[in-house]
Order: sequence, then structure tokens, then C-alpha cells
Amino acid sequence: MRALCYHGKQDIRCDTVPDPRIEDPRDAIIKVTSCAICGSDLHLYDGFMPGMENGDIMGHEFMGEVMEVGRDNTRLKVGDRVVVPFTIICGECEQCRRGNYSVCERSNRNASVAAKVFGHATAGLFGYTHLTGGYPGGQAEYVRVPYADASAVKVPSTLTDEQVLFLGDIFPTGWQAAVACDIEPSDTVAIWGCGPVGQFAIRAAIMLGAKQVVAIDNVPERLVMAKAAGATVIDFDQESVVERLNELTGGKGPEKCIDAVGLESHATRSVDALYDRAKQAVMMETDRPHVLREIMYVCRPAGTISVPGVYGGLVDKIPFGAFMNKGLTMRTGQTHVNRWTDDLLRRIEEGQIDPSFVITHRASLEEGPALYKTFRDKQDGCVKVVLRP
Amino acid sequence: MRTFLSRHHADPTANTIAQALGWFSIGLGALEILAPRKMARTFGMPRSRGVLAGYGVREIASGVGLLWAKDRRPWIWSRVGGDALDVATLAAGMGPSNPRRGTTGLAMAMVLGVAALDIFCAARLSAAPGRAAPVRDYSARSGWPRGAAAARGSARDFATPRDMRAPPGLRHLNGGEQPG
Repeated sequence: MRALCYHGKQDIRCDTVPDPRIEDPRDAIIKVTSCAICGSDLHLYDGFMPGMENGDIMGHEFMGEVMEVGRDNTRLKVGDRVVVPFTIICGECEQCRRGNYSVCERSNRNASVAAKVFGHATAGLFGYTHLTGGYPGGQAEYVRVPYADASAVKVPSTLTDEQVLFLGDIFPTGWQAAVACDIEPSDTVAIWGCGPVGQFAIRAAIMLGAKQVVAIDNVPERLVMAKAAGATVIDFDQESVVERLNELTGGKGPEKCIDAVGLESHATRSVDALYDRAKQAVMMETDRPHVLREIMYVCRPAGTISVPGVYGGLVDKIPFGAFMNKGLTMRTGQTHVNRWTDDLLRRIEEGQIDPSFVITHRASLEEGPALYKTFRDKQDGCVKVVLRP
Repeated sequence: MRTFLSRHHADPTANTIAQALGWFSIGLGALEILAPRKMARTFGMPRSRGVLAGYGVREIASGVGLLWAKDRRPWIWSRVGGDALDVATLAAGMGPSNPRRGTTGLAMAMVLGVAALDIFCAARLSAAPGRAAPVRDYSARSGWPRGAAAARGSARDFATPRDMRAPPGLRHLNGGEQPG
């Protein structure tokens, strides 16, 4: 089969690789009908995440048709149309039973390696380093889905691929980011980063009834897309984020802040951003946390910070004094996708939201490597790429 | 609020080069400030160490400007001007009386190479407004099939799970329920 494979930093190729096969009775083999390039794939592409190996199949946002099921998989049948969450879950361990699916205790088959890095292992993820199990990803013609009876989400034929594909990652990720803020009708929610996750966090905050949603970025198309949803926008190249947020909140700062940027902050004209670049260049810091610093500074005392943006390792000069003295709360983590999918699928069916708004580029799998670069460089108005194997 | 419908420095190649030149400038400047005597001796121009230290300050200023400034054009042109000064200084040291004029010549060749890159980058950045890709219009991409008014608060029926509720203090701040 054809698949997009990792061959080193900024080197993704469309290779011919062996077809997957059933390895466990709970598995399913999926024929991928649509898959996407996620913003977090770019952290792999740029070489910021450790644990990738030559030839690893990329991709963790995909859907398709069930082609084969293991003998113990009684929930799925051949021909079912499913979206596959990027977090691999057993559905049975203590964390899964609590709904903490992204820290499933059984699905990471390289748990001992992950535990050395993070203290304890987190869930297995598709196509996202050997720290999360080294599972082949979904930017391919076929995928083996472990524990498919617990994780795969059946979707109705009345909805298109483009309407439901993002149930596997960015829609529930943006949703969870907003839910973790426990939004109230009087809240201002500020969202850093208007990439795909940021766009869904903006819409989730609006749906959950925030008084005001403020979106921060410097890419014109992304700001326009945020504004189209009803957000107030700040171009950080044009004005001070802190001053503008204070102005919009009567000098008090936003109650809820969401970091949808993560480890590759691209701040300009800030001393700390230069400092991060320099430290990262000499490998004394892995992540560039400018957004986290700004959030801790501007967030209203007793406010909540939600961090769906991916961080991979070590950060420096975090203003923890501000965080502590202002009594802020921080919630973060990979997304507990299966916790939200049923509810979000219902909202799509009811017409509350159509997630396909975010797709700007459609292409074949073979065009995938070039689109990684387009997406990374934010060229051609690229916000979200969908590939059809 | 200022407009966000224009794209600034949309030439990614020029910006990547400018950023690399910024770091190069800072590195070279640091070397010139920290070891001017050694560099001056290397080029057979021992009386130029004060000039080299001064050039180091200039290099660092250009580098920080290139990395920090919203508009990189003045800073890249400042590097081009600095290149001219470097060429003039090195040319003065290439006379027959300099026993190390071979090394100085090599430095001259390197300066000319970097100057060519500076000029290329400066020209690209100066042309950036003209070559900026048009901003795609995503103003119709709301994601709300039933319109923005219907979308606002459409998920108020959602009950926040207990583990994701905000601390009571914040609700009090917002005029909601009192902390327990």
C-alpha cells in the first residue's frame, strides 16, 4: 500500500509499504477514505519531538471503511464507516473507565520508554513517535486499528467524510480546550493560535456561550476565519496582545485563556522569543513557550488556562510567580476523544456546526509531502489539508 | 484596531535568509567584541582592533534588528552598508606591507559572498509588498450552518464534567454562585 513515511527532519515521502494485518483479536483493518495533516504532525516534521524512526508512517487523523475485524471484535463489522480517534484506548483500564482516555494504561506498547521520559506512560497514539507506542499512522491506504472495538466511532452515511473526519482529533481537541475552561456567560475567552485546533476552540467557546471570544494570530486568512465565526481578532504583528486584551476586558484580563499554539511559538518582537530561539539552537531548551508566558501574565486572577497545544519537553523562564500569586488554574493534556465524540456527532447532525469550514486544501496522498511544507509555512492560505488515499 | 487583511513580509525565502543572517550577524559581532585583538592579528592589521570591536557592536545591532523588527528591511540594508565598510577596511589591509594579506584576501572573498547574500535578501524583502500572495477570503467560513446568532450559546445544554469545572472563586468573580 502507499503511505506517507517519515525519513528525517522535513523529509516526508510517499512510500510503498507492506499492508497491515490483524495482530490482535480486538483489531480492525480500515481502508482509509480521508485523512488529514494535523498541526501536531508539523512538530514531527520539524524534528521537535523525539522518538521518530526512519520509515514510520505518519498521521493520526483519519477515517474509513472497516475491511477486516479480529475474532473478538463484536462491535464492528466489515463495511462499517468509522472515524478513528487519534488516542488508542483499551476502554477497560482504570483511566479509561474514568474517561481519561488519553492516559489509557494499556495501549502504549512502549510504556517503559515513555515512563522514563514522562514519569508514567500515556496512551498509545497513531503515527506519533515510539514514545506513544510507535503505531503506524493513518496517512496511508490502510491502517490497523488496535482495540478498534473500544475506540472506533461509527458515523452515519448521511454525513460526508469532510463533516465527520475531524471528530478524530481537532474538533474534540478544540472542544475539550473550551470545556476545560468551564465557560460562563460573562466570560471573555482568549485563544492564542488560529490554526485548526484554535478555530475549533473558538467555535466551541462561542457554542458554550462565552460573552466574548478573542482570537490571536498573525496570519491574515486565519484571522479572517476566526472573525467569520464571531471572534474579535488580534494580529500580534500589529498590536500588543496584552494591551488589547486588557482594553477588551476593562483592564482586568480574560477569565479564560487557551494556548492552541504549543511548542513552536512564532512570536516576533519579543525578547523572550529571541531567548527561546537561541536556547533551542544550542539544545538547552526543547520548546518555545512564549504563549504560555504571555497567558500567565495577562490572565485574570483566579482565571483558568487551558493548554491543548502540544509541548514535548523542557521549557524555561516560566513566570510561575504570576501563576501562583494570581491563583490560576491550568488544565492540559492530550484529548480524551471518545469522551466527546457522541455529543459532537449529534451536534453536527443537528446542524449546530459544520466542521468542513476549516478545509482549505484537498489532495491525493502522493501530494502529501509537498503539502506538509505548504501547511508548515502557512503558504497559499493553508489552514487544513485533507488527503484522499 | 489596525487592519489584518494585508500580509507582511510574505516572501518566506527572504524571511528565512534574513533570520539566518540575523543569527550570523550576532555570532560574528560577538566574536569581534570578545576577540578583536586576535582577529586583527589574524588579518595582519593589529592596529584595527578598536575598529573591529566597533564593527562587532554594529553587527549585533543589525542581528537583533533582523530578528526582532516587524519590518526587517532597514536592518538588512544596514548589513549591506556594513558590508561596504568591511570591504573598505579589508581593502586597506591588502597592501604589500601586510604579511598576512593572503588571509585578508580570503576574508575579503567571504565578506563579498555574504554581501551578495545580503543584497539578494534586501532586494527580495524590499520587493515583498509586490510579491505578497493575495490574502484568501475566508470570511464566509463561519462553520455555522444555521447562522452566527443561532450558534452563540447553542451548546449551553452541555453539562461541564465535574473534573473540568472552574474553581468556585472564579464563579463568584463573575457574579455567579458564591464560593462554598
